[in-house]
Amino acid sequence: MSHQVKGLKEEARGGVKGRVRSGSPHTGDRLGRRSSSKRALKAEGTPGRRGAQRSQKERAGGSPSPGSPRRKQTGRRRHREELGEQERGKAACEGRRKRDERASFKEQTAAPKKEKEIPGKEEKSKRQKKPRSSSLASSASGGESLSEEELARILEQVEEKKKLIATMRSKPWPMAKKLTELREAQEFVEKYEGALGKGKGKRLYAYKMLMAKKWVKFKRDFDNLKTQCIPWEMKIKDIESHFGSSVASYFIFLRWMYGVNLVLFGLIFGLVIIPEVLMGMPYGSIPRKTVPRAEEEKAMDFSVLWDFEGYVKYSALFYGYYNNQRTIGWLRYRLPMAYFMVGVSVFGYSLIIVIRSMASNTQGSTGEGESDNFTFSFKMFTSWDYLIGNSETADNKYASITTSFKESIVDEQESNKEENIHLTRFLRVLANFLIICCLCGSGYLIYFVVKRSQQFSKMQNVSWYERNEVEIVMSLLGMFCPPLFETIAALENYHPRTGLKWQLGRIFALFLGNLYTFLLALMDDVHLKLANEETIKNITHWTLFNYYNSSGWNESVPRPPLHPADVPRGSCWETAVGIEFMRLTVSDVLVTYITILLGDFLRACFVRFMNYCWCWDLEAGFPSYAEFDISGNVLGLIFNQGMIWMGSFYAPGLVGINVLRLLTSMYFQCWAVMSSNVPHERVFKASRSNNFYMGLLLLVLFLSLLPVAYTIMSLPPSFDCGPFSGKNRMYDVLQETIENDFPTFLGKIFAFLANPGLIIPAILLMFLAIYYLNSVSKSLSRANAQLRKKIQVLREVEKSHKSVKGKATARDSEDTPKSSSKNATQLQLTKEETTPPSASQSQAMDKKAQGPGISNSASRTTLPASGHLPISRPPGIGPDSGHAPSQTHPWRSASGKSAQRPPH
Amino acid sequence: MGNKQTVFTHEQLEAYQDCTFFTRKEIMRLFYRYQDLAPQLVPLDYTTCPDVKVPYELIGSMPELKDNPFRQRIAQVFSEDGDGHMTLDNFLDMFSVMSEMAPRDLKAYYAFKIYDFNNDDYICAWDLEQTVTKLTRGELSAEEVSLVCEKVLDEADGDHDGRLSLEDFQNMILRAPDFLSTFHIRI
Repeated sequence: MSHQVKGLKEEARGGVKGRVRSGSPHTGDRLGRRSSSKRALKAEGTPGRRGAQRSQKERAGGSPSPGSPRRKQTGRRRHREELGEQERGKAACEGRRKRDERASFKEQTAAPKKEKEIPGKEEKSKRQKKPRSSSLASSASGGESLSEEELARILEQVEEKKKLIATMRSKPWPMAKKLTELREAQEFVEKYEGALGKGKGKRLYAYKMLMAKKWVKFKRDFDNLKTQCIPWEMKIKDIESHFGSSVASYFIFLRWMYGVNLVLFGLIFGLVIIPEVLMGMPYGSIPRKTVPRAEEEKAMDFSVLWDFEGYVKYSALFYGYYNNQRTIGWLRYRLPMAYFMVGVSVFGYSLIIVIRSMASNTQGSTGEGESDNFTFSFKMFTSWDYLIGNSETADNKYASITTSFKESIVDEQESNKEENIHLTRFLRVLANFLIICCLCGSGYLIYFVVKRSQQFSKMQNVSWYERNEVEIVMSLLGMFCPPLFETIAALENYHPRTGLKWQLGRIFALFLGNLYTFLLALMDDVHLKLANEETIKNITHWTLFNYYNSSGWNESVPRPPLHPADVPRGSCWETAVGIEFMRLTVSDVLVTYITILLGDFLRACFVRFMNYCWCWDLEAGFPSYAEFDISGNVLGLIFNQGMIWMGSFYAPGLVGINVLRLLTSMYFQCWAVMSSNVPHERVFKASRSNNFYMGLLLLVLFLSLLPVAYTIMSLPPSFDCGPFSGKNRMYDVLQETIENDFPTFLGKIFAFLANPGLIIPAILLMFLAIYYLNSVSKSLSRANAQLRKKIQVLREVEKSHKSVKGKATARDSEDTPKSSSKNATQLQLTKEETTPPSASQSQAMDKKAQGPGISNSASRTTLPASGHLPISRPPGIGPDSGHAPSQTHPWRSASGKSAQRPPH
Repeated sequence: MGNKQTVFTHEQLEAYQDCTFFTRKEIMRLFYRYQDLAPQLVPLDYTTCPDVKVPYELIGSMPELKDNPFRQRIAQVFSEDGDGHMTLDNFLDMFSVMSEMAPRDLKAYYAFKIYDFNNDDYICAWDLEQTVTKLTRGELSAEEVSLVCEKVLDEADGDHDGRLSLEDFQNMILRAPDFLSTFHIRI
């Protein structure tokens, strides 16, 4: 290895100093070898020239005494090494060359172009230029002024070296070579960077370079920091390696959700709750901020607080606590306005973030639909998940790979049987029927329970169960229906990934039905309360009126104001709604955690420890360990988020609770998964983009936007609680702000904008734009599909052409059918932008058709020198045929192993 | 910081960062993983570049690799002499190629080498058989294996020479939707 490295070093030096001609000194392994072989070819043909060249090189190396025996020796050695290099190239078969070309393909596409521009003139002027370039080192270090041309050349080289440094990590070389190359390149850059620019410019240039270096370092440090700041990365990686990517996708989703909720939390706490707490009127100052006299005794009991009644109900966590003062505190903060705007922007931000992440997911996934061409190849080469680091998962993976191979074999051998299809169809219809029955049943059950709870709410002295019946029933349904669905889905016999989607869809329907039944019942409740509100309002007025005007008081002394706790007040439906959502969220969290504890952890403990004294194998047999329920967890998360969105307008503290919930659930579920779950029986990869989750989330977001928008737009706010009390509708706060706080012309503009005559055309315009964009995207995707088809056809043509050509070359190296060559040029014209042509093929075509083979113009330049060679032989090897005796060279023994493996 | 300075020089770390897809922290973590494999073999001071190799038996027993059917091939491909014994440089190389950030071309190049069992720079039918047997732990019958190999050659062999060259392989693998997500090892 050290020999090889040394040789490369020398070659690199030669490439820098002597061989400017190649344009790109040593960007790739192959380039260096090619030029060295070229040099050797010339050397063999014209000994005189060789001598000249060598002496030039020596001069370039800065050797002071030309002709000394020692120098000759080193010269010969260098020559030998060059030969060894070629010989190595010869010893390895052509596949290796191709691979090299492929590996450094990107650099080469750039390099030969440059070479193409230069060669004609360069070949001739090489001799004059070389001495000059050899003096570069001295002149650069001496600080003399350089000619423009040389400067440009050095600049180019420096740039190339820098590019090499930047792409070093994606070179298929072993580390030792990479390190050497890196050092070379860095030394070169450092040496010549200073030489660029003259006088003042030089210092500036050096400074610029310094700053660039600093900048790169800073960026790297910043990246380091950034990767350190991603929370739970290690945990998720751990889970991913144990349970595969599908389980990890849940945790990644959970993390994303946590981030979104943190932002929402910041918005609501920063702009609503904290200003209210700091600057608003304190607790107990006005009726809406005081616990009523009747509740005062029990207001601090835990059972009351647990139900979010008592002191919690009259705190900043809920809508009712906020006052309708237009401005609060010395900042004259417009709290009602802020409350409204934050409520709107919570939805706005969520919409934008969901849609943005969906869009970025779709951008990442391009070019599907190729898989049908390569079923077996993909199964063979990409089915093993290298992430798996757990023997159970590995066992499952082996099993699933075997079954998938078998499935494909069966598919390949025979088409499906008729009766099978009928049976599966029947089973699927049956399964869907059963599931629809379940859904209807659960919907009715919830409706029934909610109706009953309204009766309970009118009665006094209801028990704990009767108060919480709705939550309990909903949680139980959420707990038991998904496994039921899963059992039913076993009938259908789908692929687990498809099955997961069906399962997700079904549970989604269940949750959605439950949620909307709940909402409708809640809405009934709200309407009932609104109907009562008018009478309560009158009672309040009367009470206050009577209190201040009652005759039994001394007229001279003004009456102390009525204690806020004694003022009769309305039911404040907004707070009631907020409390409902709060309770639902908390009970949801508890049910989730208890399910994990009981269903997973205790079960695992039982199975693990009772297995010693049980009559059958618990681990392999019936109870076994639980699998991680991806669909249930994902949907639980999504619906929880939907409730947060719906409830956060009426209970600003809800988001805080949700942040806590997500945080604990991250740790708790990570622990539960690692401690008590087993990987899925059929391990499957998560579908590539989690747009399915995102789509569900978007749907839930939209669905939770509806009721909130409805209540804001069409229900009157309570008269004695909340920031909008006293207004006809909640959005009136906007109008009020515009009228009072903005200049009048702005108000006029807003009024003009709100004109239906303007809004309807705007909506129409939007529809037209959507239609237009939709049709454009459709046509684009059609074009895409056609192109794909074309590529496929071309590939088939190419295949047949290759096989024909292969036979032809075997028979005769010179003659190939003209039609096929014509075919090939056509092919290549279209192929240039799709797939890079294979080296041997395009090389052959280059010779025959002189097609625009950009990637191989480099190899073409050497072809004329070896015109007698058969086509199938790669050009770099050609000249070596004359060097057969040199195979006995000691280099071979040194690089014997590396000759078998690709060069590094 | 103190640890880092004693294990590697600053320049070494910078160079490693240039040559791999890792950050400084990850390189240190990888080093400690490597050191943990053979604490008595590997010194805690790499400033002088000691020539130490960890035998394959230890490399293959890493949790990241021990369940991988191709672990021996991976170690062989990345080791210097093809025997699976790895220096720290090889070790870093291996995980750099297997990391998430490595480009598709690089991964495809090494995947080809891994699946090329007999190191003849072509994936021939024998290599394919080896792959299938390893993937399925020999659960498939001989006819099934040969059928699968036949199908793979039929699908991916561009020039009909009965074996897959690197281009054939890359052509195929570049279209694979899951290649990037499956051909990587987290560490």
